[in-house]
Amino acid sequence: MESVRKKRRKARVDETLCVACGCCVKVCPLGAIAVVNGLYARVDTARCVGCGKCAKECPASVIEVQEVEV
Amino acid sequence: MKKTNQKHWYDYLWIASLLYLILGFFNILFAWLGILCFFIPLIISIVRGNKAYCNRYCGRGQLFSLIGGRFGLSRKRDVPRWMKSKAFRYGFLIFFFAMFFQMLWVTGLVFAGAADLRQVVTLLWTFKLPWHWAYHGTLIAPWMAQFAFGFYSVMLTSTVLGLITMILFKPRSWCVYCPMGTMTQLICKARHAGEKNSDKSDFVTEK
Ligand code: SF4
Ligand code: SF4
Ligand code: SF4
Repeated sequence: MESVRKKRRKARVDETLCVACGCCVKVCPLGAIAVVNGLYARVDTARCVGCGKCAKECPASVIEVQEVEV
Repeated sequence: MKKTNQKHWYDYLWIASLLYLILGFFNILFAWLGILCFFIPLIISIVRGNKAYCNRYCGRGQLFSLIGGRFGLSRKRDVPRWMKSKAFRYGFLIFFFAMFFQMLWVTGLVFAGAADLRQVVTLLWTFKLPWHWAYHGTLIAPWMAQFAFGFYSVMLTSTVLGLITMILFKPRSWCVYCPMGTMTQLICKARHAGEKNSDKSDFVTEK
């Protein structure tokens, strides 16, 4: 394993504007996003590969794929 | 690895939603079935404290993603900012329920004999569409037919609004301001108020 810090793309949900509809959950190929307690969606950053499918689907457009350091 | 996008029986509930609209065109009494779309999400959110109805079972949402997504009848643009604001979503919820209770009031008037049954479907709370062909008889009480006309009006109105925003914005943009979606989310907020969000949270995932 290399020890260099890598940038990875991960989805991020704006929880304050999420309507908890679950459209993102249906399209994520990795099961990396889930609706918590009917309140908002949350991303499991360990599993998310940043493909952006959820962001495209989200009817409220509250998901952004961002670069994060891992 | 487990396949996550497998189809389940509930992925076909859009057929039920479509059938509902069609059946109500031929016999208005089918409109009564629509109360399931009110009570099931409410009960799930109150008892289980989640939005499994939206997340899994709602046929209307599926219908929009099918027509707008699969069939491409959508511009797939972002909804305007105001549409996802709390003010608009809660405001629309209140307006929707005010109209709903007005519909119940009219049903009550017919029940009490203070008003006559009107065989019309009211679209967007304004336009009265003739719908007499869907009413077949005198076997049931007039108020039951009145409720059916009223309820079908609610369902048709929300479908039309949903189709309009489906075309203009993302396929399921109705879900942004859907009164049932907003209400069940509010119930979930109340149910989980004060809880620290632990990782033991009740996830609704597609498995
Ligand atoms: S970006 Fe892709 S992998 Fe990550 S949560 Fe969204 S759909 Fe799933
Ligand atoms: S699709 Fe968007 S609004 Fe719906 S649950 Fe996912 S993040 Fe929230
Ligand atoms: S928000 Fe409304 S239309 Fe969308 S899934 Fe929930 S109940 Fe169905």
